[in-house]
Amino acid sequence: MGVTLRVAEPDPLLSLDGVTLRYGSGASAVTAVQDITVDLAVGDRLVLLGPSGCGKSSLLRAVGGFQPVDGGRIHLRGKPVGKPGPDRMAVFQEFDQLLPWRTVLGNVRYALQRGRGLDRATAGKRARDWIGRVGLTRVLDAYPHTLSGGMKQRVAIARAFALEPDLLLMDEPFAALDALTRRQMQDELLALCEQTGASVLFVTHGIDEAIRVGTHVLSLSPHPGRMKALIPVPLAARQRGTTAFAQLEASLQADLLGEADQDTAPPSGERRHG
Amino acid sequence: MADATLAAPAATAPAAAPADQASRLRFNGWRKVVLLLGLALLWEGYARHLGNALLLPTFSATVRALVEGFASGELLARTATSLELLLMGYGAGLVLAALLTALASLSRWGAELLELLTAMLNPLPAVALLPVALLWFGIGAPSLVFVITHAVLWPVALSSYAGFRSVPRTLRMTGRNLGLSAPRFIIEILMPAALPQILAGLRLGWAFAWRTLIAAELVFGVSARSGGIGWFIYTNRAQLETANVFAGLLTIILVGLIVEALLFRGAARATIQRWGQEQ
Ligand SMILES: Nc1ncnc2c1ncn2[C@@H]1O[C@H](COP(=O)(O)OP(=O)(O)O)[C@@H](O)[C@H]1O
Ligand SMILES: [Mg+2]
Repeated sequence: MGVTLRVAEPDPLLSLDGVTLRYGSGASAVTAVQDITVDLAVGDRLVLLGPSGCGKSSLLRAVGGFQPVDGGRIHLRGKPVGKPGPDRMAVFQEFDQLLPWRTVLGNVRYALQRGRGLDRATAGKRARDWIGRVGLTRVLDAYPHTLSGGMKQRVAIARAFALEPDLLLMDEPFAALDALTRRQMQDELLALCEQTGASVLFVTHGIDEAIRVGTHVLSLSPHPGRMKALIPVPLAARQRGTTAFAQLEASLQADLLGEADQDTAPPSGERRHG
Repeated sequence: MADATLAAPAATAPAAAPADQASRLRFNGWRKVVLLLGLALLWEGYARHLGNALLLPTFSATVRALVEGFASGELLARTATSLELLLMGYGAGLVLAALLTALASLSRWGAELLELLTAMLNPLPAVALLPVALLWFGIGAPSLVFVITHAVLWPVALSSYAGFRSVPRTLRMTGRNLGLSAPRFIIEILMPAALPQILAGLRLGWAFAWRTLIAAELVFGVSARSGGIGWFIYTNRAQLETANVFAGLLTIILVGLIVEALLFRGAARATIQRWGQEQ
């Protein structure tokens, strides 16, 4: 399958232009992702979909500024991304992303004080509001180690949303949860995104999750990750059990598993530049 | 819905935990009291059987000597002298350890320096440094503070640095995500995250310092007027006041227990246990 193009945004929020990431140097260098070019407009939820080890996390870390870029460029609102900052708030898969020595309220409030420079009272008010929106008001004063995995991820999501970043970065935030909780959290995330119009870069290896969460899905080939297809998700496909959902799922599955790995890198002329 | 049932057990857990903990503490406490009573009886019985107060005074004679020593103010003054020296050396050791650790977490050179110095100096018993200390500082408090500093510095620096390095990558990224400055990142993220190891280092450093001080006082007792507990034991042995020697030993044990139980365990309970960080 070739790359399904979408109309270039005149003014993208995030643009990746030929991004290549490597680990190590010289003969032992490993290429994590190669030549990724894609744009994300305000309000988009772009899902990076690919098998484990294809470099999704590396790419997300590079957008977050946690990791240097070895080729190409990443721009946010037209400016090269620099060090990590609260304009790109990340939610990770690991449950240890909350500060264990702060309560649920303390975690969100601290992030607002430091990330947004709010005073304690204002930050506390906004933190309570967001903790309420993820349904955790009853554990406001609990320490993270007393919470279930799903609750910890809700706190991390509340914290990220509360800072009102330009772009939310989510690296398989539901991968370590049980199936029931995962589905529920996908729905909750969608609701929050729709209420706020948040722009999201979302990493997953689940086709089902990609279709549920994304407005667009960028599928990547196995290691090293290259672009396989960029597919917009039609509204009709968002509901599980519909024909549109099944069709999209089948087509993504074909993209990922299909005509194996090597020959599907898109010819460079076909890529679009933001 | 599904969430409520999933979340319910976790939400009730914090309420249940403290009561459970308290009952377990009380139970352990009682067992220890019974054991202590048994040991005291054994001591009393054997000392009476031996009947040689110069070699082994009875438990009751030792307790009497302890009470008299504190009543007369001498043991208290000796303990205060020892603790004062200890705190000076401990404080100096902590400041130096903090500097070394900060240096090590900021640059590769600092890290290599810390690794090299701890590898060389940590195995060196503090008492072995006393002759050098006496040469440099003469007989007196500065020599003792010097060896105590040495005893504290390396274990504390070593475990704090290990703590800093074992902070999970996710937690580091979360801190950097907020755009924290370097000092804030160290103080507000790395230090609390490394607190279990830092506390373990402080505890180890305290034990080393306390032993070093007593040993140094015994070997080089500073001066009759201003000596500490080690000096108290040393002079009473020379005067064959064996009950006082044992009273001095009991004092050392008591101070150790009090600091351990009140200070370190209290600090751990108020912090890393409460936060679920204890390993
Ligand atoms: N710190 C690292 N050092 C060396 N190689 C790494 C490192 N992190 C990831 N890699 C390699 O880069 C590739 C992509 O990893 P990652 O971005 O974690 O993929 P994904 O998130 O898609 O599973 C993998 O082959 C992995 O082995
Ligand atoms: Mg990953």
